[in-house]
Parts: sequence; structure tokens; C-alpha cells
Amino acid sequence: MQKTLTRKLIPGAASLSVLAFLGLWQILAMVLHSSNLPLPESVAVVFWQACLTGELPYHLGVTLLRLVVSFGIAMSLGCAIGILLGRHKKLDAFFDNWLVIFLNVPALVTIILCYVWFGLVESAAILAVVINKLPNVVVTVREGTRTLDQDLLEMARCYRFGKRKTFVHVIWPQLHPFVMAATRSGLALIWKIILVVELLGRSNGMGYQLHLFFQMFDVASILAYTIAFVSVIQLFEVLVLKPLDKKSQRWRR
Amino acid sequence: MTTVEINIDSKTYPAKSRASEHQAIAEFKLSLNPGEFVCLVGPSGCGKTTLLNIIAGLDNDYQGSISVGQQHASPKIGYVFQNPRLLPWRTVRENIELVLPEGTDPAYLDTLFDVMQLTHAQHAYPERLSLGMSRRVAIIRAFAINPDVLLMDEPFVSLDAPTARQVRELLMTLWRQRPHTVLFVTHDLREAIALADRLVFLSSAPMQVVSDIAVTIARNEREDESQVEAFRQRLLNDYPAIKTLL
Repeated sequence: MQKTLTRKLIPGAASLSVLAFLGLWQILAMVLHSSNLPLPESVAVVFWQACLTGELPYHLGVTLLRLVVSFGIAMSLGCAIGILLGRHKKLDAFFDNWLVIFLNVPALVTIILCYVWFGLVESAAILAVVINKLPNVVVTVREGTRTLDQDLLEMARCYRFGKRKTFVHVIWPQLHPFVMAATRSGLALIWKIILVVELLGRSNGMGYQLHLFFQMFDVASILAYTIAFVSVIQLFEVLVLKPLDKKSQRWRR
Repeated sequence: MTTVEINIDSKTYPAKSRASEHQAIAEFKLSLNPGEFVCLVGPSGCGKTTLLNIIAGLDNDYQGSISVGQQHASPKIGYVFQNPRLLPWRTVRENIELVLPEGTDPAYLDTLFDVMQLTHAQHAYPERLSLGMSRRVAIIRAFAINPDVLLMDEPFVSLDAPTARQVRELLMTLWRQRPHTVLFVTHDLREAIALADRLVFLSSAPMQVVSDIAVTIARNEREDESQVEAFRQRLLNDYPAIKTLL
């Protein structure tokens, strides 16, 4: 009973918090009365116009495409390397320092070096994003692999599961929470890096547009584009990640 | 039903940090006849689980040989671990289906669940089962693959007496229907007498066979606890060395 009530109240509380945020914004904008903080409705009008001209969907689409490609490469490569390092101690000892170095190289440095070495091309932009995200995924998945239940792996060996069955039914379900953590932190990190990549060396995408708006001090457009992007990521969280989480956790008490 | 020949010259654990090298098993020889139920009885830490892991192929770092059957290059081993080791993210039925070849007749599994009185729980996740039920699932899994040899590592430990007795009786029902060769590890002499055709008593550090004794009570008389107790007393009187191994 208590649980059902809480479940009903949570969506209400979430909507209320969004409304409170908008209210606070409205009041602040009215008090400051400055073009540096436009009213929510002005931003909504700019958003709608940018949608009608097709400008926002185009640039948003370009950035999302970069996000999907670089995120896909970083996650799949990162999971594979993470599992490998987690399972082989010698390999891990050898590459551990590399990981620490790559984890600590500032994103801006990687982006500039990629553009200098490979030119202002699409592949250099994607590579820069992948290099920034990869070590993060590797470390998270490696930690997950280290905590794999050896008893279950022995059981799988004894009952001759074979490599594919062992991976799908024994290893992957244990890695799932770690991969989800890498996915969430990855999405948040990658799209911020992509904006910098676009700002520095591409002629389309959100980052490029934001750069233009910055030069014109067009805060309303900056906010409209930001809200559009954050909404897309939020939709992905609600429509893809949460159901995935729920499905994979259904066995828990 | 398969013959099992165990011949381990030596199993040594290498020195690690402060612990020095430790010889767990030395000059160990044991034969199991087809369909025989053999109980290994020995003190804690004497190497019984190590022995089962070697037979199961989970530990290959030893000198000696294990042969299960004659024609099998890699025998089918059913292993009931001390901890049931079920996949918590798969239902009870899925846990068993995973060890079976694809396309196995579902009725085959239904029968096993029926014998172990688990039909009602087959679609539950393991976390929702009691320990006794989880152990029964692990027993079904081991029998389901129709093993050449069945290894059981104290499968009734930490169960209360009535539950242990119930699971033991269900195990015997299943074994009578499918009389595989069994190697069963236990601390409990009464339990060993109730189950085994032969009792093998083991010493520790290194593990060696001390006595190998046939249980002479007829199987249908073992439900009578006084018969089991009388046999136990006789054993302790006739083989005083056993007392130190329990």
C-alpha cells in the first residue's frame, strides 16, 4: 500500500520540481529584466522558430549522429578492453599506466592534437571523442570484471557452458550494472566533449551553432538549443535506459 | 553408470605470502564401481573439496590421473556444490535448461521437478527460494545432465535436521530411479551411513584413505534411525581411529 502510494507520488513530485524550476527562472528573469536571462516564453518562441526553419533539427541531428557513432565505438571497444584487462592480470599490469595517463589527459588537448595530426575532418572529431571516453569505460568495466563471481564461472565450466553461453548467461548479467554506469556517465561526458569538438573544428552541429550564438550574445538561442539537447538525452534515459534497467533487475527481491 | 578410478600422486598448494608450501593430497587411490554411492568422511580442510574439484576438471594442477568410464574423452560430471551456485538472474527452470542440450523434451524436466517436489517453484527466481529448495534445484541440475559421475560436496550442510532429512530422502528417491555413480562428501557419519554403499574415511595434511568400509545395512532398513545409530556405534567400536576424523 505504502509502496503503491509512493509510486503514484513520485511522478507528481517530478513534474512539480520542473514547474518550480520554471517558476524560479520566470521570477529571476522578471527581476533582472536583462537580455542575458530571457523569459522562459521567449526561449520557447526561439525554440519553436528554430524548429520551423529546420535549423535546430538539422544541427541537433548532426550532433546526435556524432554522439551515437562515438558512443557506440567507445562503449563496444571499452567493454572488450575492460573485460580483457579484468581477466588477464599481466595485461592489466602492463596497460594500467596507459589508462591512468589517458584518463588524465585533458579533453581539450586530445581534441587539438587530433585536429592537428589528422586535419579538421569528421574522423578526427570522432576519434577525439572516443579517446576521451574510452579510458572511462575501460576502467568501469575492468572493475566489474574483477568482481565476477568465480563460483559461478566454475559452475559454468563444470557444466560445459562453452564461451558464448558463459558470456551471455554468467558474465554479462554481472557486468550489466557496470556497463549501465559507464553508459550514463558516458552520455553526460560525451555530449559535452562533442560540443567542444564541434566548436573548435566543425562547420555544423550544436557546438558550432552555440559558438555563433555566443558571438552574437544570443542567450535565448543558446538556452533553446541546450533545452532541446538535454530533452533528447532525458528521453533516451526514460525510454531506453530505465526500461533496460528494470528488465535486467527483475530477478532481485 | 560408470567406473571411476582416482589416482592422485600429489596435490600441492604453492607457498603464498606467509603460508608455506602445503601438500593437500598424497598417494591417494580410490575406485568407484558403476552405480556405487560412496561417501567421503573426513575432518574440515582435509582436502575433500580439492579432490572433487580435481575430478570435476576445475583444478588441473596436480600429479596423477583421473579416469571416468572407458570411452569418454571428457566425461559428464554432475557437481552439487556446497553453495548451490544457481544463476540468480535466471528462473529455477532456466537454470536447469541451461545445462541441457537445446531441444530437450520439457517433459523430462517436469519429471525431475516432480520427483524433487519443486514443480510449484520452477518459475521463481533463486533468491526467493529457501536454502533447502535451492539445494534441491542444484541436485536436479546435477541429475539432469545424466552424468557419468555425480559429485556432491556436503549438500545438506547448514540445513536444519528435518529439512536435511527431507532433501536426503528426495535425493535417494531420485538416485533409485537414476542410479549414477556418486561421490558424496560429508562430516556427518549418520548421514553417510544412511546414504552410502561404502564409507571412505580420510586423514588430513596430506589427505589419505584411512579406512574403506562397506555399509552392510539393507537400504530399506536405513529409514529406521536406530539401525543407523547401531551401525555407527559398531563402527566407532571396531575402528577407534575414525573418532579422530569426525
